[in-house]
Amino acid sequence: MAVKGLDIFKLTPKTNCKECGFPTCMAFSMKVASGAAQIEACPYITEDAKAQLSEATAPPMKTIKVGVGELEHNLGGETVLYRHEKTYVSKALLASEVSDALSDEVNDARFANLEKVKFDRIGEMMFAEVVSVRYASDQAKFLELLKKVVEMGRIPMAVVEDEAVAKEAAAVIKDTKGILMAATPANYEAVTAIAKDNKLVLGVSADSLSELHDVVEKIEALGYKELILNVGSKSIKDAYRNAVDIRTSALKNKDRTFGYPSIVFTNQLSDNRSLQVAMTSAFILRYGSVIVMDDVDYPAALALFGMRQNIYTDPQKPMRVEATIYEFNNADDESPVLLTVDFALTYFTVSGEIERSKVPAYLAIPDAGGYSVLTAWAAGSFGSGVISDFIKNSGIEEKTKSRKLIIPGKVAVLQGDIKEALPDWEILVGPPEAMQIPKYLRELSGLA
Amino acid sequence: MAYKEVEHKYSGKINECVMGTGEKAITIGGENALPFLSDGESHAPAVGLTILDIYPEDWEEVVIEAYGEDTVKDPVAWAKYIEENTDAEFIHLRLISADPNGQDNSIENCVATAVNVEAATSLPLVVGGSGNAEKDGKLLEEVAKALEGKNVVLFSAVEENYKSIGVAGGMAYGQKVSAESSVDINLAKQLNILLTQLGVSGGDIIMDVGSACSGYGFEYVASTMDRIRLAALGQNDESLQMPIMTNVGDQAWGVREALAEGAKKDKNLERWNL
Repeated sequence: MAVKGLDIFKLTPKTNCKECGFPTCMAFSMKVASGAAQIEACPYITEDAKAQLSEATAPPMKTIKVGVGELEHNLGGETVLYRHEKTYVSKALLASEVSDALSDEVNDARFANLEKVKFDRIGEMMFAEVVSVRYASDQAKFLELLKKVVEMGRIPMAVVEDEAVAKEAAAVIKDTKGILMAATPANYEAVTAIAKDNKLVLGVSADSLSELHDVVEKIEALGYKELILNVGSKSIKDAYRNAVDIRTSALKNKDRTFGYPSIVFTNQLSDNRSLQVAMTSAFILRYGSVIVMDDVDYPAALALFGMRQNIYTDPQKPMRVEATIYEFNNADDESPVLLTVDFALTYFTVSGEIERSKVPAYLAIPDAGGYSVLTAWAAGSFGSGVISDFIKNSGIEEKTKSRKLIIPGKVAVLQGDIKEALPDWEILVGPPEAMQIPKYLRELSGLA
Repeated sequence: MAYKEVEHKYSGKINECVMGTGEKAITIGGENALPFLSDGESHAPAVGLTILDIYPEDWEEVVIEAYGEDTVKDPVAWAKYIEENTDAEFIHLRLISADPNGQDNSIENCVATAVNVEAATSLPLVVGGSGNAEKDGKLLEEVAKALEGKNVVLFSAVEENYKSIGVAGGMAYGQKVSAESSVDINLAKQLNILLTQLGVSGGDIIMDVGSACSGYGFEYVASTMDRIRLAALGQNDESLQMPIMTNVGDQAWGVREALAEGAKKDKNLERWNL
């Protein structure tokens, strides 16, 4: 919550001693309020006042850490409701679910997908970070499944309300900073103690938002604040609305009690796979911090992780790919070379079209500042110097005997300058739009 | 402290817009809050299916198989198939053959196709051009004329041809005009203003603010739509209160994820049940 200068002024000695470096206590207070000075600069401020202030200036939504080592992720810590206002900071984690209520065959198939679905997308490894293990009735099998998740190196989440079983589950996952999805208004005292003892993030569920609010306050009163809030499973509409309302309460209405990340069990809202995929995309957009599906299969993952990467991109920083030579369709020593920029969106569109053309080719991508073709050109980061240096130093001249360099149609104006800098190369002007690349390449290679 | 319920009330409201005529006409819009948060007065999004006036050469087999190869050869049969076998709420006919850089089919032929498709089904019709702005301007003008009284959506007017499509569609022949812009709130607003200044009623305009596949700049689409809705609802900006129609099928099969091994051949994927 923004603190007013006047509120801070009340905590100062009001002596205008100047020891903080400012002429008056009021001037100092105004600077602290705007974030330009630290309250500690005042030697006379009391510890009590400092505590009051840090409480008042704490972020509206807590950042909760889950997982350890390479699996450590932040959840929450968001400051805006819409990404265009600034940026989202903690990407949603995706989860598959297994359960002792399911047959070994079903569980094994989901584990198999967890192993299989792991791919790199613009420098980010994509896989379901969390595995939810749901307890039904078979404690031994449930604990075995949890162990398996710990061993396979994913963040385990035990979904269990029974206190005794929760205690056993907590022992299995105690070193993982996993999630104990256990607290309800009925059992919160016991399971809060279990989560606290085992340093687990405690998942909290209730039938309505007012009950959820109530039980979160009670858990906080017990001294535990490592929480994640279940948006509920009454209906899709209700869960969506709750996700929005929890986040809005925290960020807009400054209600700290709801300043926690949220968890969505799409598999409790529908058992239809397509609907789970659709819901997951909706909750990536709106405020799911952990989103659980029955099974994060490969086709679903391709779409969902791409979407997540998009939504959690900082609007002020474009996504970039590595500046290097990319090969397509078994390019060999006869293949031509296309040129484009390192803006990820451009790369993806262009590379998709080259693949579609089925024509073997290289794609040369110099460091163009991560901008689109025209922007990079206008900014001077995609000029003939940058391009010719890259072609000379990238090793492409050893990879192919072809000396055809195809430049983007939008920078046809560069043709002459590049020709001058690269006299051995034939500089061709490609099409202005990526979708015309397949036709262009097929014609160039005499296939069309 | 007890929980204080979050309010989702805004001063603005999205226009209601009727597509088609008769029993199967649909109404879109009416939202008074962000998606899925409106009260009972708003209309659920309508989902339609795209058909082409040429054989869908570039489409993936899996899509063609869903209809049957013979069905997709004939736009009239295709439209009938959709009405009889799916829950699609409208048909989006694209007159690709008009493209001067492709088949360069005559405007008369294309208009005849649109008229035949319209006559063959009772679903509301959305008619798109070939993507060539100049030709589409003339083509959609003639489509508007030939289908007068059918309340079709002309999909879409762009900056280069909004005048002919706006005058013919939105004013002379009483159709709905879609205004297409490329993922930018200011461009969307500008085209809506140009159309209304021309004399097209805001209530007859639908916005196509552009689309992108997930992983391919979808964040721009999501943020543009957020900003448009927040301006329309929160600031009561009338030039942005048009319902949004978006063509998600157009690019979906062009991205590598859709073509990846293990994605398209997965027989476990459910067939879509619209």
